Amino acid sequence: MILLPGPPASMSITPDQLQRIALLARIEVSPAELPGVTVRLNGILGLIDQLQALDTQGIEPMSHPLEAHFAVPQRLRPDEITEPDCRAACQKGAPAVEGGLYLVPKVLE
Amino acid sequence: MLNSTLSQLSAALAAKQVSSVELTRFFLDRVGALNGRLNTFITVDEAHSLGQASVADERRAGKGNVGAAGPLTGIPIAHKDIFCTRGLRTTCGSRMLAGYTSPYDAHVIERFDAAGAVQLGKTNMDEFAMGSSSETSHFGPVRNPWDAARVPGGSSGGSAAAVAARMAPAATGTDTGGSIRQPAALTGVSGLKPTYGLVSRYGMIAFASSLDQGGPIGKCAEDLALLMNAMAGFDARDSTSLERPYEDYCRSLEMDLKGIRIGLPGEYFGDGIEPGVRKAVDEALRWFQGHGAKTVEITLPNTGLAVPVYYVLAPAEASSNLSRFDGVRYGHRAKDYTDLADMYRRTRAEGFGTEVKRRILIGTYVLSHGYYDAYYLKAQKVRRLIAKDFADAFARCDLIMGPTSPSTAFLLGAKADDPVQMYLNDIFTIPAPLAGLPGLSIPCGFDAKGLPVGLQIMGNYFAEAKMLGAAHRYQQATDWHLRAPREAPL
Repeated sequence: MILLPGPPASMSITPDQLQRIALLARIEVSPAELPGVTVRLNGILGLIDQLQALDTQGIEPMSHPLEAHFAVPQRLRPDEITEPDCRAACQKGAPAVEGGLYLVPKVLE
Repeated sequence: MLNSTLSQLSAALAAKQVSSVELTRFFLDRVGALNGRLNTFITVDEAHSLGQASVADERRAGKGNVGAAGPLTGIPIAHKDIFCTRGLRTTCGSRMLAGYTSPYDAHVIERFDAAGAVQLGKTNMDEFAMGSSSETSHFGPVRNPWDAARVPGGSSGGSAAAVAARMAPAATGTDTGGSIRQPAALTGVSGLKPTYGLVSRYGMIAFASSLDQGGPIGKCAEDLALLMNAMAGFDARDSTSLERPYEDYCRSLEMDLKGIRIGLPGEYFGDGIEPGVRKAVDEALRWFQGHGAKTVEITLPNTGLAVPVYYVLAPAEASSNLSRFDGVRYGHRAKDYTDLADMYRRTRAEGFGTEVKRRILIGTYVLSHGYYDAYYLKAQKVRRLIAKDFADAFARCDLIMGPTSPSTAFLLGAKADDPVQMYLNDIFTIPAPLAGLPGLSIPCGFDAKGLPVGLQIMGNYFAEAKMLGAAHRYQQATDWHLRAPREAPL
């Protein structure tokens, strides 16, 4: 795991921290883009920092939008094969395929 | 034909005054005439649409083996380019999917196909539905038919503008933080975000899965009710799809407004609302009061925190959902790279636009080690408080009304470089999806610039029929929804 430097109390990010986030997100941010992206991200972080002012002690996090209204059923289905083989159709849009396999750059030498 | 409601078109088809092929041809020509200026459609395939129309005509004539005709059989409907379609490419407004054709149909598409509706084309939108102006599309900005220098709202701006310009009788959209209601308001059409779980998300490209909900965009509430009858329904392939008995969304269109309690949240009528918006909304509220409804002052005290909550949760979910775009299984892949990690990074840097990348980075940050509790869990706790605000409010009223958006349509580029200003524009539409509640926007007048104003009607869980009924009664007495925009005269 790549740990981000800085305690949660510091709610703005530096260009260095942004580069590490970009690495985690697998998005290249060029040196030229870095200052502008940092400024705008810090603007957004300033907006979401408003949450810190509210005391939420004892409040349960809500992850399903209907769970405050009723007990949301967690549906299970029988463990059966329901989908036909659609490999060819699914691979039609892939950038590089050979013999039914997706091609990626070599990972192991 | 241009200004007809869906039931009028349906009656004309049933009476053989017009065929579906003629109707579809008519709207395709309208699209052809106006799309260059308004950029509402990304993909149109005339042969595909006309083929479906011809099948619909046979079905209306009782030929073929496709079942009895229904109210939507033969009616062309435009689909937001976020719904996967086997017959038409699906781009989600992104370079990442610019050449993508799905191997399967979204559940919503299956349902419209089963109803015999014709796919008119795929509408333009903010990239991956992230935006409030439809300017972030890889295929260029959508323009507002009321003033082409202005945005149509977003992210379902192509669908809303297409209906406003009468390029399509109706359209589908999706709403995560207001993406159906806000563009409906800014283009003078009607749009409904249903209760979370009523419309299947299967085949609807995911942005923020705990918020995303498909819904209809049309000229009037009656059309929305008919479209909901086709769109909504259980689908086992979406784990959050609700198993409920069949519901006729048209059943309350003739409801009596007497005694209906309309909650007016103080937070929705404060500073920062344009005078023209305020005036039109106040006049609409007076109409409801004059027709037997009672207004009740209510409070939704955490409204101001809804935008901050949303901009933690939606990017967090987006950063996970969009990790699938890796240049391996589908979509864009960078040409030059050194190794696998570099291929991912370059592919995603090239394939995603600025706003999408911004949100993935924010989402990655708020979910990262050391920040998860301070941001993500904190936002989920405040989300519960926002849902509780609504529960308390609906103990005192049947519907909540207020402006859909604090402003009318803004100029292209006005907020494009200032994400926080763009986000704050959604302050009145973000709360409902955070609570999973339904919300509706209908046109209720114009500001001094002649731009449409939207009235938002929110209801309790599964109160769509009541919301549509109230809206329909209003639309029977007013003609805002029948006005045609300047840039697309009838």
